[in-house]
Formats: sequence, structure tokens, C-alpha cells
Amino acid sequence: MSKVAGTLFDKVWDAHVIRKIEDGPDVFFIDRHFIHEVTSPVAFLGLQTRGIGVMFPDRTFATADHNTPTINQHLAVKDPLSANQLKALEENCAKYGISHWGLGNPKNGIVHVVGPENGITLPGMTIVCGDSHTSTHGAFGAIAFGIGTSEVEMVLSSQCIMQPKPKKMRITINGKLGKGVVPKDVPLYILSQISASGATGYFIEFAGEVFENMSMEGRMTVCNLSIEMGARGGMIAPDETTFAYLKGKEKSPKGEAWDKALAYWKTLKTDADAVFDMELKFDAADIEPQITYGTNPGLGTGISKKIPLASHVKDGEASYKKSLAYMGFAEDEKIIGKKVDYVFLGSCTNGRIEDFRAFASIVKGRKKADNITAWLVPGSHIVESQIKEEGILDILTAAGFQLRQPGCSACLAMNDDKIPAGKYAVSTSNRNFEGRQGPGARTLLASPLVAAAAAVTGVVTDPRELL
Amino acid sequence: MAYDKFSVLKSTAVPLPIENVDTDQIIPARFLKATKREGFGDNLFRDWRYNSDDSPKRDFVLNNPIYSGKILVGGKNFGSGSSREHAAWAIYDYGFRAVVSSFFADIFKGNSLNIGILPVTVSPEFLDKIFKAIEADPKTELEINLPNQTISILATGEKESFAINGYKKHNMLNGFDDIDYLQAMKEEIKTFASHSMY
Ligand code: SF4
Repeated sequence: MSKVAGTLFDKVWDAHVIRKIEDGPDVFFIDRHFIHEVTSPVAFLGLQTRGIGVMFPDRTFATADHNTPTINQHLAVKDPLSANQLKALEENCAKYGISHWGLGNPKNGIVHVVGPENGITLPGMTIVCGDSHTSTHGAFGAIAFGIGTSEVEMVLSSQCIMQPKPKKMRITINGKLGKGVVPKDVPLYILSQISASGATGYFIEFAGEVFENMSMEGRMTVCNLSIEMGARGGMIAPDETTFAYLKGKEKSPKGEAWDKALAYWKTLKTDADAVFDMELKFDAADIEPQITYGTNPGLGTGISKKIPLASHVKDGEASYKKSLAYMGFAEDEKIIGKKVDYVFLGSCTNGRIEDFRAFASIVKGRKKADNITAWLVPGSHIVESQIKEEGILDILTAAGFQLRQPGCSACLAMNDDKIPAGKYAVSTSNRNFEGRQGPGARTLLASPLVAAAAAVTGVVTDPRELL
Repeated sequence: MAYDKFSVLKSTAVPLPIENVDTDQIIPARFLKATKREGFGDNLFRDWRYNSDDSPKRDFVLNNPIYSGKILVGGKNFGSGSSREHAAWAIYDYGFRAVVSSFFADIFKGNSLNIGILPVTVSPEFLDKIFKAIEADPKTELEINLPNQTISILATGEKESFAINGYKKHNMLNGFDDIDYLQAMKEEIKTFASHSMY
């Protein structure tokens, strides 16, 4: 029988189906499971109630990130609820033999940053975590997505979940990105074109020259935001860039195992005649630095443009108006020149070394604007060390910035890093929902370059003018 | 969480003839901070059931002793809104084993089936008949027969079939959830894992 042409997604998915249930979901094997302090306690309690254990403790990795402070991490965590969750994670991991990079551990950091940088995330894997931005790991040609609490319990107890197979979408972008246009601008642009629900029900493959020419850090930023398009996740075929990134990482395969893995990874490509349920194409030349102006990530546009009229957006008029009212913006206004109060560089979207390099490239030789409070939060301790080793910290310090300690921080504002009500934040994270960065906070999502431009000028500024 | 097997359920029912009952009403967000799955029943329909001083609202159906039973009958589009699994936990924990409506929100339906509540979708006409029958006599009994996939109003003998996917039906009949299903195939999983390259 000749083999049916498959997509990258099909190849990885089908290789992990243990059983197909007629008239039901697939029993789907999970290679890697990440957990953190917030969504795991109820799942562990579930195991206890049932009197069952963790089937493969060495396939689960724990880090503390969502609730952790980003200053004075050596001191006891003040908030009792956070402290309690951190303690529960530590105890559960100790009890079941799960590796745990808690607060203070040199490997600690945001779950979607530490997985890849330690070679835990590899091509062709299936990866889940109780956090929707698990899609980040798709950058390596893995199938990675967020799961609910019951599913966390399923994976702990059986290393499987029950999943119907999603539909497949391919987004192809060819051409070259212009000056000042960085990876974050690409998914923000796609979002502005297809809206925050444009890929609901699909799993995306990103293809074309733009992604082929992107670094691993950039690809992670892209896949990270696939969930904001409504997709279950997104992935990019592994290539020489992927292999070079993984070679020598702590948990990457070594020696013969590496060669074997590499041979397999090279087969992980969509066949030429494979069929997708939906195909979208964009042109790199149409993408300029992006910024959002509304309260979902689909409400964004090129930084030089005006806020669109209600008739030009896909969201219903009432919700669009509500969104602008929350932001304190009006239709047809220019975004450039709007006053900014806070700048947040960090999160699993843009908390990697490349993001700090980009930020530094603009602030170098300039000064932080007086009206700006800046929170620069590395995604992990490894990123933090790189920032120091590469001399980036010196550039930041000279420009009047301080570096905080790793964690999710103002991405979801569960710790003390909350943007005050009514204040404007240019943020490199992933969600601009009402109240996401603190009750009443107003978020403008953008790239590290746009964040840096705002940080030194105090207003929304086109970074191309400063490069 | 293991739950009771579901085969044939004969019970009086609690009527809630309201459309679009969303999960925020079923269990308000402020009760999601718990780290255990128990006790959600106390807060089921919290804001419809209690005044802000915690005194019961007389006119809400759960506070009316005439109505009781293991079946909740709701209006169209039951369980819409946020995907919180806690909504289904609250209904189960309160003591319901089945919810009848003419339409269920997708995620709520999935969550319910997974924790042992049978969502029974009936035609709008049959739903109307059920509401009328209970209105006429609160002691009206319904019978939900899962093996045969039928629901009937016992007093009048009126009956309708309902659909359920084969996998979920099997689970409900045996009191299994996905975790039990997976526990039962551990050997197969182990074999699979031993061939996995990671
Ligand atoms: S940085 Fe934000 S999106 Fe990423 S894992 Fe943390 S909370 Fe989730």
C-alpha cells in the first residue's frame, strides 16, 4: 500500500496514538509533561483520592513561575496563597519523584523558557502543560498544547490524554521581513488579519521563508501566540537551525542517540502533496512593526497606522467600542505619540536572550524616559546569566534600567507585578485582556523593539526611527 | 474522581425553565480558588440561591421543598460560558446525576460526561412536556434509561430517545471516567512507552 501523504502534524500525531476509540477520542501518548505551582495541586489531590500514583515521573518536569516574586527571591514569599502553592508543588514533586526546579534553583524560570533551553523539548515530541502557552514548544516541530486540570491528572497517572484530532491549517509567509520588524510582529500581524478566533478548531503549521530564516527564539515567539489565534497550537518543521540550537543542550540526546534522533527529526516535514483543511498566505513585505490598541490580541495594527473604524474590524461593533472605551482610545486616532506609563519586557513570549538583545540595541546610548516604569524580567536564570555575560546588563544599567528576577511577572500579574488601573503598558507578553496585567490596566502588546522605543521616549514610537 | 455507575435512573426532577444558564451562574468565579473538588454543591447557583447576607432566596427552585430529585431539567443552551469544570462538579456534588435540556453547550457536556453526570438532550417539544408535567405535579417521575437511550415521563408514558457516543455510554454504564479508562490500559501504555524514542 502506498503511504498517504501527510503533514508534519499528522506524522507526529499519528505516531502517538495508542488506540483509536470508535465513536470516541484518540488515546494520545504524551512524551513530556510540564507542571507549575498553579494548575497542579488539584490534579495531585485527585491522584491521592483515587489511590493511584504517577506512572512515569521522569517524563514530568516542574518549575515554579506563575506566582513567584521577581525581586528578592532569596526571601520567604510573602503572599500566603502563593507560598502555599509553591510548597505544595515542592512536596508533590518530592513525593512522586518528579524533577523540580523551584525558586532559587539555577535552572528555574518560566516553564516554556526552561523546557527548550535545557533540551527537554525536542522535535517530534508530544508536550502538554496546564498553561495555554504550551504551544511555544511547537517551534521545535513538537505537538504542544495546554490542558485542563483533569487532563493534568490523566497525564500524571497514565502519560496519556483523550483527544479528538484537530483540523489542520497552514500559514505560509514568504519574502523578507523589513528593518525593525522582528518575530513578534509576524503573529501580531497574522492576528490583526484573521482575528483572535480565526484559527479556532485548527492546529497550525507555520511555513515559508520568514519562518525558515528565523532563529529558534523567534520561532518560539510565533508558536507561543498561535493559541491567541484560537488555534490548539502551532508548529514549525525542524531544520538545521533547530538541530544547531539543540546540540549540546543539557538533556538533548548525546552520541549515538543524537545521530539516531537526528535521522528521525529530518523526516519531520510536510509532504509536498499533503492536504490541509485550510491554507492562508501572507507576504512578509506587508508586515511593519505591530502594536495592539484593543483588549484582545487580534485588535492590533501597524504602528504607523490609525486605530481602525468599527466597520473595519471583525469584532462586533458593541464589543469593539467597549474595548476602545476600556483602553481610553477612539476610532481613527493615531497610535504613535500616545503616552506610556509602563514597559514590560518578559514572559514566555519575549523573555529570551534575543529579546533582551533587541531591547538593548535601542536603549544603548540613550536614557530611560522619566515617566516610564520599566520591568525587565528574564524568562529564566539562564537568560539572566546570558544577559550579564553578553554585557547587556551594563547597557541597560547605563540607560537607567534595572533587571528583575525570572518569572511570569506582569504577564498575568498573579504576583505583585501589577500595572495600576488606568495606566498604559507597552508589553511584550501575549494577552491584552481587560485586567490581565492588573485590574484596570491598559495593555499594548508589541515587540521588544517597540517596547524599547517607548521606554526611552515615554510615548509610543516607531522603533525604525531609532535604529 | 470516581462516580456512581449510571444505568436506569428513576427520579423526580427539579425544573429550571431558564435559557442560557451559564457556568458563571452555576458556580460563580469567586468559588474557584479551592484546591479540593469537594464542597462545590453548597455553592451551586450561589447567587440565585442566596441573598448577599447568605439567607436563602425563597423563590429559587432549590429552596422550594416541593421539588427534589436527581434530575435537573434546564432550558435551552444549558452550561454556556466559561469552560470551568467546577460547574459540573457543583451539579454532581449537589446530588444531581442527570441534566435534561434541549441543547447543551459543548464543553459543559464534555465535562459532565467525564465526571458522571448524564446530559440528556431532548426535543424542544419534549422538554416542554416535561416542564408542564412537573408544573402539574411536582411528584412527576422521569425515567432515564441509558442502555436503551430513552427518557420517559412515567405518569403519561410519553417517551423519547436520546443520542450519546458509544465510548461515553460505555464509561457512564461502568462508572468510568477517562482516567479509569486509561488505568485499565496501562500495560498497553507501558509497551507503547518502551518503544518511544524519548
Ligand atoms: S509568562 Fe504568561 S503566558 Fe507564559 S507561562 Fe507565564 S503566565 Fe503563562
